Amino acid sequence: MTPKEDIENTHTIAVLVDNEPGVLARVIGLFSGRGYNIESLTVAEVRALRHQSRITIVTTGTPMIIEQIKAQLGRLVPVHIVRDLTIEGPSVERELALVKVTGSGEKRVESLRIADIFRARVLDSTSESFVFEIIGDTGKLNAFIDLMKPLGLVDVSRTGVVGIARGNEAL
Amino acid sequence: MANDKNNQMTGSEILIKALADQDVTRIFGYPGGAVLPVYDALHQQNAIRHILVRQEGGAVHAAEGYARSTGKVGVVLVTSGPGATNAVTGLTDAMMDSIPLVCITGQVPTHLIGNDAFQECDTTGITRPCTKHNYLVKNVDDLAYVMHEAFHVARSGRPGPVVIDLPKDVAMAVGVYTPPEKLEHKNYAPQMKGDPSAIKKAVALLAGAKKPIFYCGGGIINSGPKASELLAELVRTSGYPCTLTLMGLGAYPASDPQFLGMLGMHGTYEANMAMHDCDVMVCVGARFDDRITGVISEFSPNSTKIHIDIDPSSINKNVAVDVPIIGDVANVLQDMIAQWKSSKAKPDQKALKAWWKQIDEWRARDCLKYVQSGDVIKPQYAIQRLYEATKNLPDVYITTEVGQHQMWAAQFYGFEKPNHWMTSGGLGTMGYGLPAAVGAQVAHPDALVVDIAGEASILMNIQEMSTVAQYKLPVKIFILNNEYMGMVRQWQELMHGGRYAESYMESLPDFEMLAESFGAVGVRADKAGDLDGLIEEMLKTDKAVIADVRVEKLESCYPMIPSGAAHNNMLFGPGDEASKPISEDGMVLV
Repeated sequence: MTPKEDIENTHTIAVLVDNEPGVLARVIGLFSGRGYNIESLTVAEVRALRHQSRITIVTTGTPMIIEQIKAQLGRLVPVHIVRDLTIEGPSVERELALVKVTGSGEKRVESLRIADIFRARVLDSTSESFVFEIIGDTGKLNAFIDLMKPLGLVDVSRTGVVGIARGNEAL
Repeated sequence: MANDKNNQMTGSEILIKALADQDVTRIFGYPGGAVLPVYDALHQQNAIRHILVRQEGGAVHAAEGYARSTGKVGVVLVTSGPGATNAVTGLTDAMMDSIPLVCITGQVPTHLIGNDAFQECDTTGITRPCTKHNYLVKNVDDLAYVMHEAFHVARSGRPGPVVIDLPKDVAMAVGVYTPPEKLEHKNYAPQMKGDPSAIKKAVALLAGAKKPIFYCGGGIINSGPKASELLAELVRTSGYPCTLTLMGLGAYPASDPQFLGMLGMHGTYEANMAMHDCDVMVCVGARFDDRITGVISEFSPNSTKIHIDIDPSSINKNVAVDVPIIGDVANVLQDMIAQWKSSKAKPDQKALKAWWKQIDEWRARDCLKYVQSGDVIKPQYAIQRLYEATKNLPDVYITTEVGQHQMWAAQFYGFEKPNHWMTSGGLGTMGYGLPAAVGAQVAHPDALVVDIAGEASILMNIQEMSTVAQYKLPVKIFILNNEYMGMVRQWQELMHGGRYAESYMESLPDFEMLAESFGAVGVRADKAGDLDGLIEEMLKTDKAVIADVRVEKLESCYPMIPSGAAHNNMLFGPGDEASKPISEDGMVLV
């Protein structure tokens, strides 16, 4: 056998589950119990009539670990589908962040200018603060937040990544 | 039973009816406040017999012994709070060893859940990581479906324990019973048939092998007796060597010349060397556990590995394999045999002959050799005499506790058939053997059931002697008494300079008197010459027996792959230890 690759990669995994009590705890418990990483996790009901929720997990690991994560997720009884959006064809990912910046004068104007460049919206404004809403991939959000730091960034709330495959195929 | 034509009944009655419809005839349990309604319903029927244990942990191990010796699902009934938490060790044991169980736990009424009520615990939260699945039933109309689904989940795919947490008000509410019919779970459907192209590839690899080996485990036993027959057919047709894991013993006849013995940490030299040097390895229903592989980086470095398993998460978990085949091992073995025949596979006889010659050289090392001389009983000798005295009996079930005696039992007791050997492999639960023997004896009242024990382990669930007495179970407890937690002592010798921290068993009971106090027979042997007489007496009596066999106190279990070492670096005896010091990496391993 050739030695396994030890390179860690980030994967976005979509999981369709029965929306029943404890299902999120099962998923999270699996990750903590087996020592896997969770970079972000989002969950919401997407098929109300069938009581099914979609979980999007961003995780990192070696190829062997990622395979394990998918197999372990698939083993949970309430799990219907597990898809690795990162390797199973092209996909799009988005994240939403609410970013609060406080300050006045030139910094305040500069934050508004940058928000415009990033197409962030102002959701709330006082004479000394803005709350921006920004949508994009994780890299864009990180860049925006980094730029806001010297301009009076005080609070950030992020949704975590949601992803979906490109093309006409459904989960 | 209040059973009108609309199938209206109480939750407790639904539960009992569901058990009966799942062909359950024996359950193991212990009553308490939250399950009183269920016990009341149990009291008013005759289809299901309840075996009262003395601690809930005993109930779960008994159900494991019952399940393992029958191939059926073991059923446990316990109360809320401490009833459920006492069951956790057994559930974890069943999870690790893939034993099908359904464990019903009582729960405080739904309106008190979350209020820190008396005997309340978050049972589904606590048992989530140690069960295959669990349920909290909040609506009585869901109960029948949940019960049937629980049995389906427990027994199908890779089997495991399932918990149903039943609040007391749900047990007392009236609802509708639905029979099992053909329950199809909406998405839980384990893959049973192997991928034909992978099977084709595996057979081609196997047929072309020069130094092949079959490495097989408990998955074969879980798949059913047919899987063992198919394995024997494939092994014999090919003429290849076969080794078994601790959990797999009995899946292939121990007396067969193609059997190399158990592999792993205390496996035989020939099995481990063959694993190390092979060119094609077929792993059937085993999981490359760390007791098997030794240090992963040096595990069987030059082999192409085929792995057959029903659980996709077992594939590539510890060891990267070349040809994974997901499916039930019986189905896959059947397809492999068919493919072997249709492809007219002809192994390279010259290479195979050379391989067997090499294996015979390893065998000649006689790695399990020990010398019984003088009066002091060698533990290996005790097991060997027990085996000789019982091997021709029609039906013998052996359970064990955990430690040296367990390894000696695995090494020296020969198993010809599956489902006759019950041991705690994955979790290594001391105290497993006696309750497991209770379960096996309940399932097979006329068979000989022997718990091969150590004096330390047996004390962990000794209260089950009272269960043995109540149901007049003729269980034989064969204690290899060396007055030490032997395996702990052995590791302290190997790694901690012989400083025996807390491993000496002070203040042991007089086991003969202990037996008598529970209405059983106590016997004791101190000298090798008394051993056969003791075994004869033990087998002769139709009562339960505790046999206190005083063995050599400082005997260690060999051969051994020490922590952090590879298969080809075994220790054969105390003389070896100095020449093969344990690495620092090895010291931190368990």
